[in-house]
Amino acid sequence: MTFSLSAALAGLAGGALIGAAAVTLMLLNGRIAGISGIAGGALLAEPGERLWRLVFLAGLVVGGLLYRLVAGDFPLHLQAGWPQLLVAGLLVGFGTRMGSGCTSGHGICGIARGSQRSLVATVTFIGTAMLTVWLLRQLGGS
Amino acid sequence: MPLLGALLAGTLFGLGLSVSGMSDPLRVIGFLDVTGAWDPTLLFVMGGALLVTWLGFRWVLQRPAPLFANSFAVPTLQALDRRLLLGSVLFGVGWGLAGFCPGPAVTALAAGVPDVLVFLAAMLAGMWCEAKLASLR
Repeated sequence: MTFSLSAALAGLAGGALIGAAAVTLMLLNGRIAGISGIAGGALLAEPGERLWRLVFLAGLVVGGLLYRLVAGDFPLHLQAGWPQLLVAGLLVGFGTRMGSGCTSGHGICGIARGSQRSLVATVTFIGTAMLTVWLLRQLGGS
Repeated sequence: MPLLGALLAGTLFGLGLSVSGMSDPLRVIGFLDVTGAWDPTLLFVMGGALLVTWLGFRWVLQRPAPLFANSFAVPTLQALDRRLLLGSVLFGVGWGLAGFCPGPAVTALAAGVPDVLVFLAAMLAGMWCEAKLASLR
């Protein structure tokens, strides 16, 4: 998949929708739209705090299904086999909880709030992810 | 009402991830692969999302309270500590290995491919382990 003007415009439009979602959750519920925090809380928070998180996560899938319905297709090109997905998932789950956030909570909501912690976290995980992809390429992996 | 707010925000978020192309690991890895055929789409997504969120938060956080809750729950931590840095490093390695971060991985369930469940199950297991380990300290 190569970069094009249409990819850039779709990126901007989709990004604006993501921003609208973050603003909506703050305006209505007073919460940060950080997906790792919401997913972790759906699993680990006290029972009364779980339902809205599960509903939010269900909304993510509904959004994906709506897109699939309208576009007629949901493009998904997996970049790793099961063992690599397993290790990746463990690291993403462990790391986002330890670091209090992921691409949405730190990368979007945190930076938009002017949080220095979030800026440092975002630069760190983007840099580490780029290094990881580079190392994989050196090893001849996917 | 808070459940309606969560459903609306979640749906918008999932739609945004799908429209932007970020629910496809190929696009994400394309961005992370700076020495290959670099795909800058993710920068446009971040730009659009940050602009709307920055403007929106400036407006919303001036209000006395959210519409469906008593108060805003906004993080107050300031310190750049070891947990923030080490956690972000581990997350970055996992993100680079699969091209999935939490939001896109949940949204990608819409594709109906079982591999996504493998990633999500492992992600939840990782979150559980971190909570257990943190409670031991």
